[in-house]
Amino acid sequence: MLGDGILKGMAETARNFFGSYVSKERLTTVEYPEQRIPTAENARVFPFLVYDGTDWEAGMRCVACQICEKECPPKCIYIEKSADKKPDFVGKPQFYPARFDIDISVCMSCQICVEVCPFEAIKMDTQFELATDDRFGGLLEDRQKLAKSNEYYHSIHPTEAAEVDARLAEEKAKVEAKAKAAAEASAAKAAAASSPTPPAAPPAKTEGGS
Amino acid sequence: MSVVETKAERVTGWNRPPVIEPDGEGELLEVAMGPHHPSTHGVFRMDVALDGERVIRLKPVFGYLHRNHEKIAEGASYLASMPYTDRLDYFCSLTNNWAYALAVEKLAGQPVPERAEYIRVILAELTRIQNHASSIGFLIQEMGASGTPLMYAFKEREKILDLFESLTGSRMMCNYMRFGGCRVDVSAPWLDATRKVVAGLPAFVDEFEALLSSNEILMARCQGVGILRPELAVNAGVSGPMLRASGVNYDIRKVDHYGIYDRFQFRIPLGDHGDIYDRYMVRVLEMRESIRILEQALRDLPAGPIMDAKAKIRGFRPKPGEAYGRIEAPKGELGFYLISDGGPNPYRYRVRPPSLINLTVLEDMCLGHNVADVVLIFGSVDIVLGEVDR
Repeated sequence: MLGDGILKGMAETARNFFGSYVSKERLTTVEYPEQRIPTAENARVFPFLVYDGTDWEAGMRCVACQICEKECPPKCIYIEKSADKKPDFVGKPQFYPARFDIDISVCMSCQICVEVCPFEAIKMDTQFELATDDRFGGLLEDRQKLAKSNEYYHSIHPTEAAEVDARLAEEKAKVEAKAKAAAEASAAKAAAASSPTPPAAPPAKTEGGS
Repeated sequence: MSVVETKAERVTGWNRPPVIEPDGEGELLEVAMGPHHPSTHGVFRMDVALDGERVIRLKPVFGYLHRNHEKIAEGASYLASMPYTDRLDYFCSLTNNWAYALAVEKLAGQPVPERAEYIRVILAELTRIQNHASSIGFLIQEMGASGTPLMYAFKEREKILDLFESLTGSRMMCNYMRFGGCRVDVSAPWLDATRKVVAGLPAFVDEFEALLSSNEILMARCQGVGILRPELAVNAGVSGPMLRASGVNYDIRKVDHYGIYDRFQFRIPLGDHGDIYDRYMVRVLEMRESIRILEQALRDLPAGPIMDAKAKIRGFRPKPGEAYGRIEAPKGELGFYLISDGGPNPYRYRVRPPSLINLTVLEDMCLGHNVADVVLIFGSVDIVLGEVDR
């Protein structure tokens, strides 16, 4: 019969319409600003810089190596290396970014900066409501705006952040063990030389960052 | 119909002058459909010459969305081009990633671990399903069914995009594959979620077909309209569901066996008439075959690494040479042609986009039909302008 197919299709829409009163599965949308679906854990929007501890300037993990600046496909990162050095999380003196700007109107959220960063310093945020009426200054984020704490990183990507922390702790333990071994060796050497002066104390370790 | 047939008889090569003569009195009406026309899927212009309602000439005008993709890629490192490939056909970023990764892997002789191959197949088939579902939705939207089938398709697409987001971090711009594997590993909860979605897909396709396949209006608008003859399709280099709807058995998954497609049991649906309805039906059947592939891939997914141990992310410099990697993207043959001179960026980078080449036969399909059918024929080609203009 002509019209069979149309009726069949209408039965399908009717089933969905009436079904949406009974079954949650058929009601697929939410009223956005009031209701929100939580973002996926892996979701990425724009990059931010991680710092350890409470002081964003002292705890910043970034050492201004400029790898992300070089690898960024749309070239939205601008870094100026500092003239002096500050101790990083294992106490090794490192440069820090005197300036670190990301133009998020250019950034395309590709995550390549995160992948190439050897210092776990830059990570992806999940904050997506960034509308502003300032087209230029409002979309150019400087290092203070970009700096977010490790606790914040843990709150948005818990699994990934735990892995990163474990990796950094391992690295730190390795460096400390190495420093300890080196100190012991130098102490033994000094003792073997049996100089009248007592062996020099191992250099005091500065606990940078956290 | 007769007009189209006389035209096809007079075509010797496919590079031909328009041949339909107006049969009425008076002048032809020239209409510019687009670039801001709701049916053009973006910014695309068709300059049509009309005799009454009948299309006498049609000139496609490309290039409004040209973003210099190839030249940018020649100046950027191999890795930096990967997120740009997402933006070619933004409906199917994962298949674009795969085609580019395949070309670079061929260039560098880079093997891919088995688990990564399986993940690639799973993601590519999910991409195919969501692309076909939404392209059918858009086609029906252009027929006048404003919204309902499109929203049904988007409801399912949403589930698949949620899977993409929870794995790759982004719904559409996935930037997931790397030379020699994939970026992150799939987790057990993700696989469970995928199995759940895949288990729900047959019911969705059934519902979609009940909604549309036997609809009389759809049949009246689609059957016998926009016929593409197999000879012309082959000569013009058309590929993908367009070509198979014309009855040519050519699917790169079967021809090339790239990746691990020789391990899966699946069939290639073929059309009889090459009209819009066949293109619609081929897409529906391809979704069903993709579900079969997904079930097999999810069943056989092995454990192991997802990146080859020798794969390099930074400072990647393949040896001098050239390579062409192609895959069966949802829209057709997507190929990347690369020439390396040993440097950190490709010497030449060329994309063979299925959308652009499938569009070249638009005039041949439209001549002699009404203006309203032009919109429909254009929709049945299934293009994304990001890929046409690059």
